[in-house]
Amino acid sequence: MAQVSAAPTVEAGNRGALRGFFRELTRSKTGFAGFIIVTLIVGMSALAPIFIDSKMPTDLDAIWGPPRAGHWLGTDMAGKDTLKQIVLGGQTVVFVGFLAAAITTVIAVVVGSLAAYIRGRFDSFMLQLTDIVMTVPQIVLLAVLGAFFSLDSPIYLALIIGCLTWPVLMRSIRAQALSLKEREFVEAAKLLDLGTTRVVFGEIVPNMASYILINFIIAVTNAIYALVGLYVLGLAPLAGANWGIMINNAWIGGAMFLPAAMPYILAPIAMIALLQLGLIMLTRSLEEILNPRLRDK
Amino acid sequence: MATVSPSVTTAKADGDGRSILRRIWRSYVLRRILRAIFIVWIVATGVFFLVRLLPGNPVDVYINDQIGKYGMTYDAAAAQAAALFSFDPGTPLWEQYLDYLGGILQGDFGMSILSPGTSVTDKIASHLPWTLFSVGIALIISVSLGLLMGMAMAYRRGGILDHTISTIGSTLHAIPNYLLALMIVVFGAVQMGIINYGQIRGKLSPGIEPEFSLRFLQDAFYHASLPILTYVLTTVGTWALVMKSSTTQILGEDYVMVARARGLTDGRIRTSYVGRNAVLPLVAQIATQAGFVVGGAIFVEKVFRYEGIGITLFDSVQARDYPVIQGVLLIVTITVVTANLLSDLAYSVLDPRIRTEEKEA
Repeated sequence: MAQVSAAPTVEAGNRGALRGFFRELTRSKTGFAGFIIVTLIVGMSALAPIFIDSKMPTDLDAIWGPPRAGHWLGTDMAGKDTLKQIVLGGQTVVFVGFLAAAITTVIAVVVGSLAAYIRGRFDSFMLQLTDIVMTVPQIVLLAVLGAFFSLDSPIYLALIIGCLTWPVLMRSIRAQALSLKEREFVEAAKLLDLGTTRVVFGEIVPNMASYILINFIIAVTNAIYALVGLYVLGLAPLAGANWGIMINNAWIGGAMFLPAAMPYILAPIAMIALLQLGLIMLTRSLEEILNPRLRDK
Repeated sequence: MATVSPSVTTAKADGDGRSILRRIWRSYVLRRILRAIFIVWIVATGVFFLVRLLPGNPVDVYINDQIGKYGMTYDAAAAQAAALFSFDPGTPLWEQYLDYLGGILQGDFGMSILSPGTSVTDKIASHLPWTLFSVGIALIISVSLGLLMGMAMAYRRGGILDHTISTIGSTLHAIPNYLLALMIVVFGAVQMGIINYGQIRGKLSPGIEPEFSLRFLQDAFYHASLPILTYVLTTVGTWALVMKSSTTQILGEDYVMVARARGLTDGRIRTSYVGRNAVLPLVAQIATQAGFVVGGAIFVEKVFRYEGIGITLFDSVQARDYPVIQGVLLIVTITVVTANLLSDLAYSVLDPRIRTEEKEA
């Protein structure tokens, strides 16, 4: 319904909606702070490689150097600048986190909404399947798979995380779609004989958009949890440099017993914690925006 | 009620024998148990094929390794591999599969490659209890603390307590548990020197044997305290928030108002009207969480060198100790399936509607 009325004035409507969205976003302080944190970290990770040379020279005179001018966070065990590694190290984490979450969400939305709409055999088969996949602790399976297939490409890592984590989300999408299915506009679309694909992806799914968005962000945090965990344990290939690998290096090298190495351990931990926190705070605010009933509480 | 009448009519038509069978088949508990067994079977099958699909078939790798290292004949190496993996790579696949399933039924998961002479079952039996102990205690503390805090928050919505716990809880929840564990080590042990990391890591102090004595229990709790602290800190906030929303919803129900109007004491309303109904939807979540915490144990145990099932799995993955990986995956799954089963059964006792819904569906 809203789609039809918005159609003639797409431009104006979109701009107005966007401005309204921002006004709502700034209303909740926590949510806005989360939004800023996430934007900064994602922006930094995406843009840093353009401005910063990733080839850092090994400086043997500055092993575990303390923070000083030129090296604001000190240097690591090879005399490389810690701050540069932090700025550059978010790329894989953010990329895999978002890609894995996108894969999870797409699978969950397609399977979940179709299962709810079609019901019958397909539905019960899918429910049975999610039951089974959910009982194998996914972190454990991921650790085994991650170690055996040497997943040196971030895309493979994202694929494997995405393919293992969709069942939980599929369950909740299915529940949402089940209740939406009974609404009048779906009934109307069915009577118009629009076909399953149109009804499911043109009517039901767009009406869950806010719910899907929030769950997408939660899926990002879950994917980052799993990914960094693999890196910290050393079960994913330790090629290149990212926050997880930095923590692993610090841990293996016993850096936590060196006072000079504190920035090298704490900086990546802080970055990951901040990113996770920012994402969670962002979902709180999105929930308030998209679910007006929560606002007046 | 609708379910009773058909079985009564069939009893009249087919005689008593079949009606009992039918009633057994219709029993929720039995069907739930059968489904749990079915899931374990599917996972066991999945693990069987997974180990064979992994890059570098472990059996072939092992046989080639033996031939290369010790100059064994293929047959001798294959025989040894058969003993180790508890299946014979020479026999057809379906026969291997049946042997494997038969072995599992008898609790035989094969022998560990990494530590020769130790069966996988022994290895698991000596490590799993520690994980169950630490995770179980943590879960009990976290759930009971979370439920109490959540109820208090719901009663004083918008108050300082509500805001503080919400903020701290969601912050702690956002930090991955292994990073929190690392921070406990970095700050608590190295920076501030409160915790003696060298002494507390591991599952028991040297020289202490598992026995029924105060000294053993004390030591076990001392070593488990950091993993437990990590699990509790990362999960308690979630419980509080879930319980808060559940309690808030119940507080708005008519029967609570009626109970107040009847002049019942606050304590009575809180425990038997609000608390009981608010906890109900959380029972299933506790079991799901149990599975997640057991999974997350692999990270936390690694940080604290707490020799539970997580470390066993980690070591065997590192060393490509396939039989152990196979066994651990299966055992962890069985643990989770059992937890889910128990929660479903508890649920069906607490809330009779579950049983009838299942039948009607």
